[in-house]
Amino acid sequence: MIEQVAIILPIVLPLATMAVLLLVWKSIAAQKVIGVIGSTLLMASAAALICLVNRDGMIVLQVGSWPAPFGITLVADRLSSIMVMLAGLMVFAVSIYSLVMIDDRRVDFGFHPLVQLLLMGVCGAFLTGDLFNLYVWFEVMLIASFVLLTLGGERGQLEGAIKYVTLNLISSAVFLAAIGVIYAATGTLNMADLALKLRSFTDDGTVSVLAMLFLIAFGTKAAVFPLFFWLPASYHTPPAAVSAIFAGLLTKVGVYSLIRAFTLLFVTDLEFTHNLLLLIAGLTMVTGVLGAMAQSEIRRILSFHIVSQIGYMLMGLALYTPLALAGSVFYIIHHIVVKTNLFLIAGIIERRFGTGRLAEIGGLYRSAPVLATLFFLSAMSLAGVPPLSGFFAKLTLIRGGLEAEGYAIVVVALAVSLLTLFSMTKIWAEAFWKPAPEGAATETSQNPYTMFERLSLFGPTLLLVTITVGIGVMAGPVMNASMATAEQLLDPDIYIQAVLPDQYLIESEGDLLIDDSTSEAHGLLPSPRGETH
Amino acid sequence: MEIVLAITVGGLYAAGIYMMLRRSVVKLLIGLGLLSHAANLLIFTAGGIVRGHVPVIPAGETQPLTQVADPLPQALILTAIVISFAVLAFALVLVYRTYQTLGTDDLDQLRATDT
Repeated sequence: MIEQVAIILPIVLPLATMAVLLLVWKSIAAQKVIGVIGSTLLMASAAALICLVNRDGMIVLQVGSWPAPFGITLVADRLSSIMVMLAGLMVFAVSIYSLVMIDDRRVDFGFHPLVQLLLMGVCGAFLTGDLFNLYVWFEVMLIASFVLLTLGGERGQLEGAIKYVTLNLISSAVFLAAIGVIYAATGTLNMADLALKLRSFTDDGTVSVLAMLFLIAFGTKAAVFPLFFWLPASYHTPPAAVSAIFAGLLTKVGVYSLIRAFTLLFVTDLEFTHNLLLLIAGLTMVTGVLGAMAQSEIRRILSFHIVSQIGYMLMGLALYTPLALAGSVFYIIHHIVVKTNLFLIAGIIERRFGTGRLAEIGGLYRSAPVLATLFFLSAMSLAGVPPLSGFFAKLTLIRGGLEAEGYAIVVVALAVSLLTLFSMTKIWAEAFWKPAPEGAATETSQNPYTMFERLSLFGPTLLLVTITVGIGVMAGPVMNASMATAEQLLDPDIYIQAVLPDQYLIESEGDLLIDDSTSEAHGLLPSPRGETH
Repeated sequence: MEIVLAITVGGLYAAGIYMMLRRSVVKLLIGLGLLSHAANLLIFTAGGIVRGHVPVIPAGETQPLTQVADPLPQALILTAIVISFAVLAFALVLVYRTYQTLGTDDLDQLRATDT
């Protein structure tokens, strides 16, 4: 019973918070307080979910007690629970940060309810066990992100939004078409059931076609090469709090879906699909980091870095060994924390100078030593300098790559990591190190922040920096968790068995067999592949 | 019947992509609309076209007695139509606001955020 509550809470809590927020639409103060309370509660429930998954293994909820292939299924495995926890943590940090950084006009237009809606979509996408539900949660998340992106209606925001909305709608259309085709081929949309049925497709190209459709759909959302160009065009336009939450969560939903699809569903033709993934991973890393080097505005640089780091996450998935996949999981954990934090810091810098263009700012090392330290730690973590979290994430991936003998991708990953360091140094040298240029906004008083602003701006940043340092110091436990996650992902039978316990029996060798007697009892609906044509 | 629908789906996709490649933002929107219709029709076709009865199981039975139409694709399309309608409505407002703010509907003029 408690498991069922724990798995539904990450979806219901944001919904409830949003409902309460809509009730207090008129009061800006109440909106802010309830927004923070809601994300705190979500974080607590996500922590409970992680503990339960850790203790009992996978948690499955058949909504409305309809048995698995017919009803709506919610599944929480290790990866899902980690992702939900990270989502809660990021929204907690951003909602505190937004107390100061989001102006009252945007709060008035419904910033806080939209964040909760976004969170509901993200958590739903992480927890669902059904492809069509995944589509619906994607749309919930997208519509919230569309409005968040355009909230305020500034020129740049609208321009960025046109590109963002168009590309995301195209990828949704492709995703929907892929759902239609996969339903025609297998007659089911439940992921566990699909995983089982897709195993019998070995000879023809059906699985490869489906895999490519899903690769395009999820790849666009994850911003992989060559489908990433909407991301740098839009992520630097909204207020920093919004870009921080986008940078932390949205592309990672795409990566999560890719990991889910290519460890559970499309594993019959590894030679083709995962080699293609490996190629995409390498190109994503290189193009992202080269794009970042050409930029001269903090948030644009950071946006391109999201692209290059998506490549690292794909690299582990493409290599498809336990160690490499553990590296991917570790990298996602590290990346969400660090990237959100860097965008938060970029927001503080932009607030100070009124611009993020590197040529017009400077001198922060002298005037804001705390901010400089926080940025330095995050930037070095992103570049992978020991002993911060990024180092261990990259080390695991590189070790995984060497073990799987993917030497080319290892070389690319190392070179890109060096270039990342280079472009982080660029921000460091321009914004912090060089003296402030003529005409730049200078400090008017000794203490530019009130106590409340200090807490609201630096509190979340400090928390996230502590986490990234903490992951570095306690790399052992995080590594063990990533390893356990990877092993669970690489054994789809665990997933299938948890979702479809009574329909499939396990033979002594561990092979799954379809038990005819029970599946016939469930066979209420005609098969679309059968005699109905 | 399936051939006709398949050709229609292909035509819708082609028209949608052609419209999206135009420079006008409004035509881009029309293209997106056509694309979502194409996807819906694709699900409908792929789900299997069957002239059957409504999928209602009589009282006391566990299976439908006659051949029935598969209700799932229709449920999927219904959901997808609602979603794409909402999203398209949002996109329409977005385009209008963009036109008001920027004074152009030419995609080539939207260059400020490009890199």
